[in-house]
Amino acid sequence: MMPEAYNPPAPGWREWLLTERPASRRQARLGRAYASWTRFASNRLALVGLAILVLLLLVAVFAGLIAPDSPVVGGDLRTARLLPPSAAHVFGTDDQGRDIFSRIVFGSRLTLMIVFLVAIIAAPVGLLMGTVAGYAGGWVDATLMRITDIFLSFPKLVLALAFVAALGPGIENAVLAIAITSWPPYARIARAETLAIRNSDFIAAVQLMGASPVRIVLRHVVPLCLSSLIIRVTLDMAGIILTAAGLGFLGLGAQPPSPEWGAMIADGRRFVLDQWWVAAAPGAAIFIVSLAFNLLGDGLRDALDTRG
Amino acid sequence: MSLTANAGGRSGARLKGFGKAASRLLISIVLTYAGLLAVTFFIGRVVPIDPVLAIVGDRAPANVVERTRQELGLDKPLYEQFVMYVAKAVKGDFGTSVLTSNPVIQDLKSATPATLELALAGTLLGTGIGVPLGIIAAVRRGSLVDQLVRVVGLVGYSVPIFWLGLMGLVLFYARLGWVPGPGRIDIAYEFTVERQTGFMLLDTALQGQWDAFVDVLRHLILPAALLGYFSMAYISRMTRSFMLTELSREYVVAARAKGVGEFRIIWRHALRNALVPLVTVIALSLAGLLEGSVLTETIFSWPGLGLYITNSLQNADLNAVLGGTIVVGSMFIALNLLSDLLYSILDPRTRAR
Repeated sequence: MMPEAYNPPAPGWREWLLTERPASRRQARLGRAYASWTRFASNRLALVGLAILVLLLLVAVFAGLIAPDSPVVGGDLRTARLLPPSAAHVFGTDDQGRDIFSRIVFGSRLTLMIVFLVAIIAAPVGLLMGTVAGYAGGWVDATLMRITDIFLSFPKLVLALAFVAALGPGIENAVLAIAITSWPPYARIARAETLAIRNSDFIAAVQLMGASPVRIVLRHVVPLCLSSLIIRVTLDMAGIILTAAGLGFLGLGAQPPSPEWGAMIADGRRFVLDQWWVAAAPGAAIFIVSLAFNLLGDGLRDALDTRG
Repeated sequence: MSLTANAGGRSGARLKGFGKAASRLLISIVLTYAGLLAVTFFIGRVVPIDPVLAIVGDRAPANVVERTRQELGLDKPLYEQFVMYVAKAVKGDFGTSVLTSNPVIQDLKSATPATLELALAGTLLGTGIGVPLGIIAAVRRGSLVDQLVRVVGLVGYSVPIFWLGLMGLVLFYARLGWVPGPGRIDIAYEFTVERQTGFMLLDTALQGQWDAFVDVLRHLILPAALLGYFSMAYISRMTRSFMLTELSREYVVAARAKGVGEFRIIWRHALRNALVPLVTVIALSLAGLLEGSVLTETIFSWPGLGLYITNSLQNADLNAVLGGTIVVGSMFIALNLLSDLLYSILDPRTRAR
């Protein structure tokens, strides 16, 4: 597979990965990935964050197997209502007699879905705005960045509230509202990266070979913006989860009986002074997951962003 | 002041630079407000399928629907509607609230002081604790205080504010009984305090009702501590990083070499330079608290803008929601611009050229 002349295959895979003179693109890429990984893995807190998120993913996938009860069908309202935590119901039951643990387990799917949807809507929009503005320059840049600045100077949550008020409550509209309010930072980052790349020699070379601006932006600029964008999106995930939970708490996100964590806290709010566990458990779940995203984001920033 | 102290030629150039900066600021204010109005217009008139129904609700009688339709000018083209909308909004006419049947602007006026009082108290707490904490963390890197700042920051960025508020109520109100429950003032005092400024602490103090003052303070402490925590998380982290930057500068080395005491270096030399970006951070954190107050006020039944917006939301009162959005948005924009302005006033280097 590899030409033997310059670089005889090293005895171990580590040496192969860390070699100073990679013989193929694949080896270079894998080697770089491995170096990033070792830097990332040396950050123990980031690993904890990653582990929590992997666990969350597994819980979401196998929710049906893990949850002992149904997330929406309640138990006997005379005997199973608002029970404190016990062996049968680890986190107790809510006012419909539903097992809170099961609801949280199923709610992980909603949380992941919201985060995923917002990321795949907002990140490409911001990326496109930023790279186009940065590469085109001139009035295109001025206009796009002015729009970005205007959106940046709005209060995110209040704007999202207003959007949901107009669109009507519901999880899809909440996702849309959050996405609409969260793309501007991505545009800023992508523009800054593009400005740094725009005048480099390899772009000049591609221009000389006659590549169209669209091709240059999509094939040469966008890939180089990705790593800083991924870091920023990961760091934003916690904020997205908190905003989504806030909307759910205000009754504007997922509608009952869906086990969205923010909406569950709103349910539990009515009895919080006596039956605190109804609101406590979903809030703790939100806290742990956004903490994990923050830890992971910090770790990724340290590992991928070599410029410091 | 510094302008007059300068020699003629330089002061002229500086004045010109300042005028340029001021006009740029003015343009950005106008554009940003236009953007805010455009977005709220879009939300209010374009997104809903029938804006009239969205405003008056679907149980409104037919003549109300018809009148509203004419008032909104929905028969006119969209750009004309927008001009009308802006003209009204500039005059402070956001329509009538369906829920309270008052003009929205009147509701907003009475709700704003409550939010400001809460957000200012939160910022005061956050700054008072966050700045010293950040300085100590920067001076003693890796120490217990440094770790604490890190943890406080991580928790602050990860915890849902409304959940923390609820748990605070459970612990300090229901279990320990240290603080009174939700609300801004006890019923016993509610009608004895005359409304002057709308800031309860100020009103009670002005009227010399010290019992009521203490009661207001007791009501304020938990929500303000909650907002203060988030403000502290942000401010202490930023203080730490600003101080670290300043402490590694050459003038600090020079001061040390001259034998200046460490205390003096930290509090007089480094802090004064770190203060410049810090002031803007504090202004930004106040803006953040305005937003955080939406959820906090809901938890503590605090009669401010946030509670007004969420109550209106739950009753599909779009006029009120949009009016509230514009007011919160305006304050947010104003604080953002203020922080820019403060930066250029406090840091002479940004004024140069």
